[in-house]
Amino acid sequence: MIIDHPLLGPRDSAEFTYLGDASLIHRPDWEAKDAISQFAEYGYQRDNPAGTHRELWFHEQGDRSWLVVTRSTTTHEITQVELARDVARREGRST
Amino acid sequence: MTQVNRLAGGQVDRSKELSFKFDGKSYRGYQGDTLASALLANDVRLMGRSFKYHRPRGPLTSGSEEPNAIVELRSGARQEPNTRATTAELFDGLTAKSQNRWPSLAFDALAINDRLSNFLAAGFYYKTFMWPAVFWEKLYEPIIRKAAGLGSLSLQDDPDSYDKGFRHCDLLVIGSGPSGLMAALTAARAGAEVILADEDFLLGGRLNAETYAIGDEDARDWAAATVAELGAMSNVRIMPRTTVIGAFDHGIYGALERVSDHVAVPADGKPRQILWRIYTKQTILAAGATERPIAFEQNDRPGIMLASAMRAYVNRWAATPAHTVAIFTNNDDGHRTAHDLAAKGVTVAAVIDTRADALKSEHFEVIPGATITNTQGRLGLTVIEVTLSTGQTRSISCGALGVSGGWNPNVHLASHQRGRPTWMPEISAFGPGATLPEGMHAAGAAMGQLSTHGALQSGAAQALVALKAMGKEGARPDPPEAEDAPIRITPFWHVSGAKRAWLDQQNDVTAKDVKLAHQENFRSVEHLKRYTTLGMATDQGKTSNMGGLAIMAELAGKSIPEVGTTIFRPPYTPTAIGAFAGRSAGADFRPIRKTPSHFWAEEQGAVFVEVGMWLRTQWFPRPGETHWRQSVDREVAQTRKSVGICDVTTLGKIDVQGADAATFLNKIYCNPFAKVPIGKVRYGLMLREDGIAMDDGTAARLAEDHFVVTTTTANAVGVYRHMEFVRQCLFPDLDVQLISTTEAWAQFSVAGPNARNLLRKVVDEEHDISNEAFPYMGCGEISVGGVRGRLFRISFSGELAYEIAVPTRYGDALIRKMVAAGEEFDAVVYGTEALGVMRIEKGHAAGNELNGTTTALNLGMGRMVNKKKDSIGSTLSERPGLNEKDALKLVGLKPVDPADPVPAGAHLMTKGTPVDAAHDQGYVTSACFSPNLGCHIAIGYLKSGDARMGEVIRLVSPLTGVDHDVEVVSAHFIDPEGERLRV
Repeated sequence: MIIDHPLLGPRDSAEFTYLGDASLIHRPDWEAKDAISQFAEYGYQRDNPAGTHRELWFHEQGDRSWLVVTRSTTTHEITQVELARDVARREGRST
Repeated sequence: MTQVNRLAGGQVDRSKELSFKFDGKSYRGYQGDTLASALLANDVRLMGRSFKYHRPRGPLTSGSEEPNAIVELRSGARQEPNTRATTAELFDGLTAKSQNRWPSLAFDALAINDRLSNFLAAGFYYKTFMWPAVFWEKLYEPIIRKAAGLGSLSLQDDPDSYDKGFRHCDLLVIGSGPSGLMAALTAARAGAEVILADEDFLLGGRLNAETYAIGDEDARDWAAATVAELGAMSNVRIMPRTTVIGAFDHGIYGALERVSDHVAVPADGKPRQILWRIYTKQTILAAGATERPIAFEQNDRPGIMLASAMRAYVNRWAATPAHTVAIFTNNDDGHRTAHDLAAKGVTVAAVIDTRADALKSEHFEVIPGATITNTQGRLGLTVIEVTLSTGQTRSISCGALGVSGGWNPNVHLASHQRGRPTWMPEISAFGPGATLPEGMHAAGAAMGQLSTHGALQSGAAQALVALKAMGKEGARPDPPEAEDAPIRITPFWHVSGAKRAWLDQQNDVTAKDVKLAHQENFRSVEHLKRYTTLGMATDQGKTSNMGGLAIMAELAGKSIPEVGTTIFRPPYTPTAIGAFAGRSAGADFRPIRKTPSHFWAEEQGAVFVEVGMWLRTQWFPRPGETHWRQSVDREVAQTRKSVGICDVTTLGKIDVQGADAATFLNKIYCNPFAKVPIGKVRYGLMLREDGIAMDDGTAARLAEDHFVVTTTTANAVGVYRHMEFVRQCLFPDLDVQLISTTEAWAQFSVAGPNARNLLRKVVDEEHDISNEAFPYMGCGEISVGGVRGRLFRISFSGELAYEIAVPTRYGDALIRKMVAAGEEFDAVVYGTEALGVMRIEKGHAAGNELNGTTTALNLGMGRMVNKKKDSIGSTLSERPGLNEKDALKLVGLKPVDPADPVPAGAHLMTKGTPVDAAHDQGYVTSACFSPNLGCHIAIGYLKSGDARMGEVIRLVSPLTGVDHDVEVVSAHFIDPEGERLRV
């Protein structure tokens, strides 16, 4: 596969390591009343879609960016690649 | 008898005569021959034995789809089994042996299987070797193993090298027949970067095997001229002898280039083969088509081959399999073979056409509406028996038979991304489906365009489509005039009533086997394939799958498209494992990381151990030491008595800088880091988000905004990845930067009562390292002979200890300097074994304890998890399941009888309870012999262990026969108060 890195352009997927669902960005609030169940949900429950999937890839053999890659799990078509940091900020992880 | 079957003409170079050996006998051929064409020219039709019944077989094809003519090529270490004689290029001195026969190809003892065929039908193994189980290992398997398999291995190391390479292009053209050449020409003239790959050594595809004209030229001359034009263009790379073996995601193709297979020994410095990864924007699949046979009684005798192969042998290689031949066909293309052979002076005894409306000929007899119902000739065809339309039979003598059942487009690469082939009724075959791999376009015979004119047209047209897709304009070239015969075929798959009509000749699957599978309810094509092994041999059923499907459809009363087809996976043709390994073999299997003291350690005769990719010193044997324990015990004792030095460079080092560095570490570690003073080191425990311990190490604060974090050797990469995840994905606005500096610093532990005395001789005088100025857990920048360095007062051994770091390039100098400085203290350098012994004596956790199942509570560090802050894993570490009352706790273990060992992996049981999983109390994680205590000791996890000090429990390891009593003690065997650390 080829991942079109937002800073470096197209790179072979062999340069990356894969983590999993991009929902891992949404780490729960540790002070919430039901924090344990929220964290259990966060840590263990994943959707496993046949189709579009947003997932985290780490450019380990490259610039060490974490990326959010939108990929079809059935065709491997990649429709979007973003820096995970940009996604995290946009999705409310800014402090 | 030299080349009695060689005709005039052909594409062989008669000025270059080559000699070769097959089964010990010498023959002669020409440059341009394959092993198969040269053997046929020498009147050798018998080239192998089949897999199961050991039937005598000759070549069925003239290309890479060959199921039968499979030989052992070369000898000695370069011996290569299961090589297709039909693609092996002849070279001077080539040696080949037939395989799967004993004692000789002409007389094979295991041909007895053929007589037993009634008992060896499909599913024979499944049904027979089922019971009793013990017979399998002792009896069945050895017998089957002896009989099974085709070629044999040399059992020597491969002396040749294999490379991997990467190439990029705009357009990859797979196949150099008329459509491929036309596509390459169209794209290249439009300025695209083109790679043209073909598995053959002679470009032109089928054009080399035909006699017709393109424009005013002979087709072969047109091909050569076109290849020459392409070769002269700087934007075209022509790759002959290169098989595109797989179509992968996003326009990535695997291709195997056989660089040196056509020579006896690779030229100096040249690899045998190169596995290319080709990145392309667009692809033209111009892989052509493969002719398929018709199944009839005894259709596997040497001399019976595909009509197109016979035509190729005669036209391209000027080698006829016999001087009198016959043709069996269901379509007009079979007649073309008869024409070409007759034109070359070969006697065509008859063309047997299944169709009543067969073409007529003035040059040979055509028998319309007839079939072949039997053949004769034990080691080679002599007679065919024809059943006429009237029902009468007639025998015809011939030495070879060309069979033509129609053509199957080579759709293999088109379905590597799970694209399903679709049925094309006009050619009675499956063509590429609607969903091709991204950017791929099929052209020519590969898409069912079986005429030369159609191939040229579609090659140009598909190249224009590809050019457009990449935003380039192209001009449609004017394809020259070429034959444009209509396809006239009446499907005919097998002669009914045949008992032994072979479909898959390599795996010996007959029409009868397909019927049996159907009868036993294996009705899906996937089941049919696995039950009968149809199409599962090295040729992957290129010539046999369709026949099986057709018979299956007939039995099920369905059409072929209703039954459907199996799809194809890479590789397209068999590929040597060596090509996939490339240079990653033997000592180069993976990189080796050497520590800064490696060369010094080598000089000392150190024993090394692999730790991940690192080579670390395990111990340093001294003269007179005959057992590793002597060396390790000495290293431990001397360190605790005076001073020891150990290379700890392999531990991960991560530089953490930025205004929010402390805030960040507070997230990473479960214990607090916000208030670590500058110049101090703190032990840190890292949890995974699920509350399980991930790694431990230290963080040294060198400045307000600067920490140096250490990790265990094994987790260095994973911890860094995790820290970047936390930084970028969870807390994107923290002002903090990370970089791995593991390779940047050489780091040594200096431990023991004389550690400071030794370091005083090493560290430059202006740095005060007295206990007052540089107390336990202190850190700071120092210099060594003017070279900048760092000093950390941390201890893994329990002794007064430091870790000293200098830039890696000074590591070798530093170890030598410290060893020299240590002479007066009788300093010792120790390896990983002594390191392990001392940390077990001190009760420090390492990888065995941080094993992915244990928590801070288990490690006895439950109270370190700070509840007043948010850190990774702190919330889930509070899960009830991880906080059971009788949770495992880290304890020390000492044998009651000092002579007993306490092996790691053994389990702990309360005395008097049964030894079973339900009563299990815990397990030993790390064990060693302690020279200081004079007995074996261990640490491990025990239920409620902290409350069971002094209890005598049972240590059991049924696997190794261990069963004795041990006492539960504190894990801190040495200096439990930690006094030595602070002196």
